[in-house]
Amino acid sequence: MDSDVGTGDEWTVAGRRFASRLVVGTGKYKDLPTTAAAIEASGAEMVTVAVRRVNLSDRNAPMLQDYVSPQRYTYLPNTAGCFTADEAVRTLRLAREAGGWNLVKLEVLGPAPTLYPDMPATLEAAKALIKDGFEVMVYCSDDPIAAKRLEEMGCVAIMPLGAPIGSGLGVQNPLMIQMIIEQAKVPVLVDAGVGTAYDATFAMELGCDAVLVNSAIAMADDPVLMARAMKAGVEAGRFAFRAGRIPRRGFASASSPMTGLIR
Amino acid sequence: MCLTVNGETLALTAGLTVAGLIAQLGLDVRKVAVERNLEIVPRSTYAQVALNPGDALEIVHFIGGG
Repeated sequence: MDSDVGTGDEWTVAGRRFASRLVVGTGKYKDLPTTAAAIEASGAEMVTVAVRRVNLSDRNAPMLQDYVSPQRYTYLPNTAGCFTADEAVRTLRLAREAGGWNLVKLEVLGPAPTLYPDMPATLEAAKALIKDGFEVMVYCSDDPIAAKRLEEMGCVAIMPLGAPIGSGLGVQNPLMIQMIIEQAKVPVLVDAGVGTAYDATFAMELGCDAVLVNSAIAMADDPVLMARAMKAGVEAGRFAFRAGRIPRRGFASASSPMTGLIR
Repeated sequence: MCLTVNGETLALTAGLTVAGLIAQLGLDVRKVAVERNLEIVPRSTYAQVALNPGDALEIVHFIGGG
Protein backbone atom coordinates (compact mmCIF):
# COMPACT_ATOMS: atom_id res chain seq x y z
CA MET A 1 0.00 0.00 0.00
CA ASP A 2 2.71 2.43 0.97
CA SER A 3 4.38 2.01 -2.38
CA ASP A 4 1.29 3.25 -4.19
CA VAL A 5 1.48 7.02 -4.34
CA GLY A 6 -2.14 7.17 -5.39
CA THR A 7 -3.49 5.59 -2.25
CA GLY A 8 -4.94 8.33 -0.12
CA ASP A 9 -2.82 10.97 -1.81
CA GLU A 10 -4.96 12.12 -4.68
CA TRP A 11 -5.02 15.71 -5.82
CA THR A 12 -8.12 17.53 -6.95
CA VAL A 13 -8.62 20.17 -9.60
CA ALA A 14 -12.02 21.71 -10.30
CA GLY A 15 -13.68 18.85 -8.41
CA ARG A 16 -11.93 16.09 -10.38
CA ARG A 17 -9.69 13.70 -8.48
CA PHE A 18 -6.47 12.26 -9.82
CA ALA A 19 -4.13 9.68 -8.34
CA SER A 20 -1.33 10.39 -10.80
CA ARG A 21 0.58 13.61 -10.26
CA LEU A 22 2.10 13.46 -13.70
CA VAL A 23 0.22 15.21 -16.49
CA VAL A 24 1.60 14.55 -19.95
CA GLY A 25 1.44 16.31 -23.28
CA THR A 26 0.63 14.42 -26.46
CA GLY A 27 2.75 16.50 -28.86
CA LYS A 28 6.07 15.91 -30.63
CA TYR A 29 5.87 12.10 -30.73
CA LYS A 30 7.08 10.34 -33.86
CA ASP A 31 3.73 8.57 -34.26
CA LEU A 32 0.45 7.87 -32.52
CA PRO A 33 1.29 4.29 -31.37
CA THR A 34 4.37 5.65 -29.54
CA THR A 35 2.22 8.42 -28.05
CA ALA A 36 -0.21 5.83 -26.71
CA ALA A 37 2.51 3.54 -25.34
CA ALA A 38 4.37 6.36 -23.58
CA ILE A 39 1.21 7.76 -22.01
CA GLU A 40 0.28 4.30 -20.79
CA ALA A 41 3.75 3.91 -19.25
CA SER A 42 3.58 7.34 -17.61
CA GLY A 43 0.52 6.37 -15.59
CA ALA A 44 -0.93 9.82 -16.34
CA GLU A 45 -4.68 10.29 -16.12
CA MET A 46 -4.77 13.76 -17.66
CA VAL A 47 -3.28 14.63 -21.06
CA THR A 48 -2.96 17.92 -22.85
CA VAL A 49 -4.12 18.13 -26.45
CA ALA A 50 -4.03 20.82 -29.11
CA VAL A 51 -6.84 22.07 -31.35
CA ARG A 52 -6.05 22.39 -35.03
CA ARG A 53 -7.73 22.65 -38.41
CA VAL A 54 -8.79 19.33 -39.91
CA ASN A 55 -6.60 18.49 -42.88
CA LEU A 56 -9.09 18.60 -45.76
CA SER A 57 -6.72 16.87 -48.16
CA ASP A 58 -6.00 13.86 -45.91
CA ARG A 59 -9.28 13.03 -44.23
CA ASN A 60 -8.40 9.46 -43.39
CA ALA A 61 -5.32 10.31 -41.34
CA PRO A 62 -5.38 8.50 -37.96
CA MET A 63 -6.75 10.61 -35.14
CA LEU A 64 -5.47 11.11 -31.62
CA GLN A 65 -8.74 9.92 -30.07
CA ASP A 66 -8.30 6.53 -31.74
CA TYR A 67 -5.06 6.01 -29.78
CA VAL A 68 -5.57 8.07 -26.63
CA SER A 69 -9.14 7.55 -25.58
CA PRO A 70 -10.98 10.56 -24.15
CA GLN A 71 -13.03 8.06 -22.17
CA ARG A 72 -9.92 6.81 -20.40
CA TYR A 73 -7.91 10.03 -20.09
CA THR A 74 -9.06 13.49 -19.12
CA TYR A 75 -8.37 15.64 -22.16
CA LEU A 76 -7.04 19.06 -21.30
CA PRO A 77 -7.32 21.14 -24.47
CA ASN A 78 -4.63 23.80 -24.72
CA THR A 79 -4.18 27.05 -26.58
CA ALA A 80 -0.68 26.33 -27.84
CA GLY A 81 0.11 28.45 -30.85
CA CYS A 82 -2.15 31.28 -29.71
CA PHE A 83 -0.39 34.59 -29.40
CA THR A 84 -3.40 36.75 -28.54
CA ALA A 85 -6.18 36.48 -25.96
CA ASP A 86 -8.75 36.48 -28.75
CA GLU A 87 -7.20 33.46 -30.50
CA ALA A 88 -7.00 31.59 -27.19
CA VAL A 89 -10.68 32.18 -26.43
CA ARG A 90 -11.79 31.14 -29.93
CA THR A 91 -9.66 28.00 -29.76
CA LEU A 92 -11.05 26.86 -26.42
CA ARG A 93 -14.63 27.56 -27.44
CA LEU A 94 -14.03 25.19 -30.35
CA ALA A 95 -12.41 22.66 -28.00
CA ARG A 96 -15.41 22.79 -25.72
CA GLU A 97 -17.71 22.15 -28.64
CA ALA A 98 -15.54 19.30 -29.95
CA GLY A 99 -15.16 17.53 -26.65
CA GLY A 100 -17.72 18.97 -24.30
CA TRP A 101 -15.12 19.78 -21.65
CA ASN A 102 -14.93 22.94 -19.61
CA LEU A 103 -11.55 22.16 -18.07
CA VAL A 104 -8.88 23.74 -20.25
CA LYS A 105 -5.25 24.80 -20.27
CA LEU A 106 -4.75 28.43 -21.15
CA GLU A 107 -1.40 29.49 -22.53
CA VAL A 108 -0.76 32.72 -24.36
CA LEU A 109 2.85 32.95 -25.40
CA GLY A 110 5.21 35.63 -26.52
CA PRO A 111 7.35 35.10 -29.62
CA ALA A 112 10.35 32.79 -30.04
CA PRO A 113 13.03 32.38 -28.82
CA THR A 114 11.56 32.66 -25.30
CA LEU A 115 7.92 31.60 -25.88
CA TYR A 116 7.58 33.10 -22.44
CA PRO A 117 4.02 33.51 -21.11
CA ASP A 118 2.52 36.84 -22.23
CA MET A 119 0.99 37.73 -18.89
CA PRO A 120 -1.15 40.75 -19.89
CA ALA A 121 -2.71 38.66 -22.70
CA THR A 122 -3.00 35.63 -20.39
CA LEU A 123 -4.89 37.68 -17.79
CA GLU A 124 -7.19 39.08 -20.45
CA ALA A 125 -7.93 35.62 -21.89
CA ALA A 126 -8.43 34.09 -18.43
CA LYS A 127 -11.01 36.75 -17.62
CA ALA A 128 -12.94 36.11 -20.84
CA LEU A 129 -12.80 32.32 -20.43
CA ILE A 130 -13.92 32.32 -16.81
CA LYS A 131 -16.81 34.61 -17.72
CA ASP A 132 -17.72 32.12 -20.44
CA GLY A 133 -17.90 29.24 -17.95
CA PHE A 134 -14.51 27.61 -18.50
CA GLU A 135 -12.44 26.06 -15.72
CA VAL A 136 -9.04 27.46 -16.49
CA MET A 137 -5.72 25.86 -15.64
CA VAL A 138 -3.29 28.58 -16.56
CA TYR A 139 0.29 28.47 -17.79
CA CYS A 140 2.09 31.48 -16.38
CA SER A 141 5.38 33.08 -15.52
CA ASP A 142 7.03 32.22 -12.18
CA ASP A 143 5.72 35.50 -10.78
CA PRO A 144 3.95 35.19 -7.41
CA ILE A 145 1.98 38.40 -7.93
CA ALA A 146 0.64 37.35 -11.35
CA ALA A 147 -0.07 33.85 -10.00
CA LYS A 148 -2.09 35.29 -7.12
CA ARG A 149 -4.02 37.54 -9.46
CA LEU A 150 -4.91 34.58 -11.70
CA GLU A 151 -6.08 32.61 -8.67
CA GLU A 152 -8.19 35.51 -7.43
CA MET A 153 -9.79 35.79 -10.88
CA GLY A 154 -10.97 32.21 -10.52
CA CYS A 155 -8.39 30.08 -12.31
CA VAL A 156 -8.61 26.49 -11.01
CA ALA A 157 -4.88 25.72 -11.22
CA ILE A 158 -1.72 27.78 -11.54
CA MET A 159 0.98 26.39 -13.82
CA PRO A 160 4.21 28.35 -13.68
CA LEU A 161 7.00 27.41 -16.03
CA GLY A 162 10.06 25.66 -14.61
CA ALA A 163 12.09 26.83 -17.62
CA PRO A 164 11.27 27.78 -21.23
CA ILE A 165 9.07 25.29 -23.11
CA GLY A 166 11.06 22.38 -24.49
CA SER A 167 14.34 23.66 -23.00
CA GLY A 168 14.86 20.70 -20.66
CA LEU A 169 16.63 22.96 -18.15
CA GLY A 170 14.62 21.97 -15.09
CA VAL A 171 13.31 24.37 -12.46
CA GLN A 172 15.41 27.52 -12.86
CA ASN A 173 13.78 29.60 -10.17
CA PRO A 174 12.87 27.30 -7.26
CA LEU A 175 12.47 30.16 -4.80
CA MET A 176 9.67 31.77 -6.81
CA ILE A 177 8.01 28.42 -7.51
CA GLN A 178 8.04 27.74 -3.78
CA MET A 179 6.55 31.16 -3.01
CA ILE A 180 3.77 30.51 -5.53
CA ILE A 181 3.09 27.10 -3.94
CA GLU A 182 3.03 28.50 -0.40
CA GLN A 183 0.51 31.22 -1.16
CA ALA A 184 -1.77 29.23 -3.48
CA LYS A 185 -5.13 27.79 -2.46
CA VAL A 186 -5.55 26.04 -5.81
CA PRO A 187 -3.25 23.34 -7.23
CA VAL A 188 0.13 24.44 -8.56
CA LEU A 189 1.70 22.46 -11.40
CA VAL A 190 5.18 23.02 -12.75
CA ASP A 191 4.61 23.18 -16.49
CA ALA A 192 7.42 23.35 -19.04
CA GLY A 193 11.14 22.97 -18.72
CA VAL A 194 11.44 19.48 -17.27
CA GLY A 195 14.33 17.71 -18.98
CA THR A 196 14.73 14.45 -17.12
CA ALA A 197 13.32 12.53 -14.18
CA TYR A 198 15.15 14.38 -11.44
CA ASP A 199 13.75 17.70 -12.66
CA ALA A 200 10.28 16.28 -12.04
CA THR A 201 11.41 14.93 -8.66
CA PHE A 202 12.83 18.34 -7.73
CA ALA A 203 9.60 20.12 -8.71
CA MET A 204 7.56 17.68 -6.61
CA GLU A 205 9.95 18.08 -3.66
CA LEU A 206 9.23 21.81 -3.74
CA GLY A 207 5.65 20.86 -2.94
CA CYS A 208 3.81 21.37 -6.18
CA ASP A 209 0.68 19.28 -6.74
CA ALA A 210 1.67 17.84 -10.09
CA VAL A 211 4.10 18.23 -12.97
CA LEU A 212 3.32 18.58 -16.66
CA VAL A 213 5.79 16.99 -19.06
CA ASN A 214 5.77 16.69 -22.82
CA SER A 215 9.05 17.23 -24.71
CA ALA A 216 11.22 15.39 -22.16
CA ILE A 217 9.24 12.21 -22.78
CA ALA A 218 8.32 12.61 -26.44
CA MET A 219 11.82 13.60 -27.60
CA ALA A 220 13.76 11.09 -25.47
CA ASP A 221 15.55 8.31 -27.37
CA ASP A 222 13.14 5.87 -25.75
CA PRO A 223 9.94 7.75 -24.91
CA VAL A 224 8.27 4.77 -23.21
CA LEU A 225 11.21 4.24 -20.87
CA MET A 226 11.44 7.97 -20.13
CA ALA A 227 7.72 7.97 -19.36
CA ARG A 228 8.37 5.29 -16.74
CA ALA A 229 11.28 7.34 -15.39
CA MET A 230 9.06 10.43 -15.09
CA LYS A 231 6.38 8.43 -13.30
CA ALA A 232 8.96 7.17 -10.81
CA GLY A 233 10.54 10.63 -10.51
CA VAL A 234 7.23 12.32 -9.73
CA GLU A 235 6.38 9.64 -7.19
CA ALA A 236 9.82 9.90 -5.53
CA GLY A 237 9.53 13.67 -5.28
CA ARG A 238 6.06 13.46 -3.82
CA PHE A 239 7.12 10.87 -1.25
CA ALA A 240 10.12 12.99 -0.29
CA PHE A 241 7.98 16.11 0.07
CA ARG A 242 5.51 14.27 2.29
CA ALA A 243 8.28 12.59 4.29
CA GLY A 244 9.91 15.94 5.11
CA ARG A 245 13.57 16.27 4.22
CA ILE A 246 16.34 16.85 6.74
CA PRO A 247 17.62 20.39 7.06
CA ARG A 248 20.69 21.38 5.08
CA ARG A 249 23.64 21.93 7.42
CA GLY A 250 27.12 23.20 6.81
CA PHE A 251 28.84 20.52 8.86
CA ALA A 252 29.07 16.74 9.14
CA SER A 253 26.94 14.65 11.46
CA ALA A 254 28.05 11.02 11.93
CA SER A 255 25.57 8.38 10.86
CA SER A 256 26.93 5.68 13.18
CA PRO A 257 26.77 5.91 16.99
CA MET A 258 29.93 7.25 18.63
CA THR A 259 29.32 5.13 21.72
CA GLY A 260 30.22 1.46 22.26
CA LEU A 261 33.37 1.67 20.20
CA ILE A 262 36.06 -0.98 20.82
CA ARG A 263 39.11 0.22 22.63
CA MET B 1 -21.52 29.08 -53.97
CA CYS B 2 -18.01 29.68 -52.67
CA LEU B 3 -17.07 29.28 -49.02
CA THR B 4 -13.81 29.46 -47.16
CA VAL B 5 -13.14 26.31 -45.15
CA ASN B 6 -9.94 26.22 -43.08
CA GLY B 7 -8.52 28.94 -45.28
CA GLU B 8 -9.28 27.11 -48.55
CA THR B 9 -11.90 28.35 -51.02
CA LEU B 10 -14.38 25.58 -51.85
CA ALA B 11 -17.12 25.67 -54.48
CA LEU B 12 -20.19 23.95 -53.05
CA THR B 13 -23.84 23.48 -53.92
CA ALA B 14 -26.18 26.21 -52.72
CA GLY B 15 -28.33 25.43 -49.69
CA LEU B 16 -25.81 23.08 -48.10
CA THR B 17 -26.07 22.74 -44.32
CA VAL B 18 -23.17 22.31 -41.89
CA ALA B 19 -24.15 18.64 -41.55
CA GLY B 20 -24.11 18.31 -45.34
CA LEU B 21 -20.69 19.92 -45.58
CA ILE B 22 -19.21 17.63 -42.90
CA ALA B 23 -20.64 14.59 -44.70
CA GLN B 24 -19.34 15.84 -48.05
CA LEU B 25 -15.87 16.35 -46.59
CA GLY B 26 -15.99 12.82 -45.18
CA LEU B 27 -15.37 13.92 -41.59
CA ASP B 28 -16.49 12.13 -38.42
CA VAL B 29 -19.03 14.51 -36.91
CA ARG B 30 -18.23 13.29 -33.36
CA LYS B 31 -14.58 14.35 -33.62
CA VAL B 32 -14.78 17.87 -35.01
CA ALA B 33 -16.01 21.31 -34.01
CA VAL B 34 -17.15 24.05 -36.36
CA GLU B 35 -16.87 27.81 -36.19
CA ARG B 36 -18.79 29.86 -38.75
CA ASN B 37 -17.95 33.52 -39.20
CA LEU B 38 -16.27 33.51 -35.77
CA GLU B 39 -19.29 31.93 -34.01
CA ILE B 40 -19.40 28.36 -32.69
CA VAL B 41 -21.98 26.20 -34.44
CA PRO B 42 -23.42 23.84 -31.78
CA ARG B 43 -23.28 20.22 -32.94
CA SER B 44 -27.00 19.80 -32.27
CA THR B 45 -27.79 22.43 -34.92
CA TYR B 46 -25.63 21.15 -37.80
CA ALA B 47 -28.62 19.85 -39.74
CA GLN B 48 -30.46 23.16 -39.47
CA VAL B 49 -27.68 25.66 -40.15
CA ALA B 50 -27.64 26.52 -43.85
CA LEU B 51 -24.42 27.92 -45.24
CA ASN B 52 -24.33 31.17 -47.17
CA PRO B 53 -21.98 32.25 -49.95
CA GLY B 54 -18.87 33.84 -48.50
CA ASP B 55 -19.14 32.12 -45.13
CA ALA B 56 -15.81 31.51 -43.44
CA LEU B 57 -15.64 28.20 -41.59
CA GLU B 58 -13.09 26.68 -39.30
CA ILE B 59 -13.36 22.93 -38.79
CA VAL B 60 -11.03 21.66 -36.08
CA HIS B 61 -10.15 18.51 -34.18
CA PHE B 62 -7.77 17.42 -31.45
CA ILE B 63 -4.19 16.57 -32.24
CA GLY B 64 -1.14 15.90 -30.09
CA GLY B 65 0.02 18.92 -28.15
CA GLY B 66 1.79 19.93 -24.96
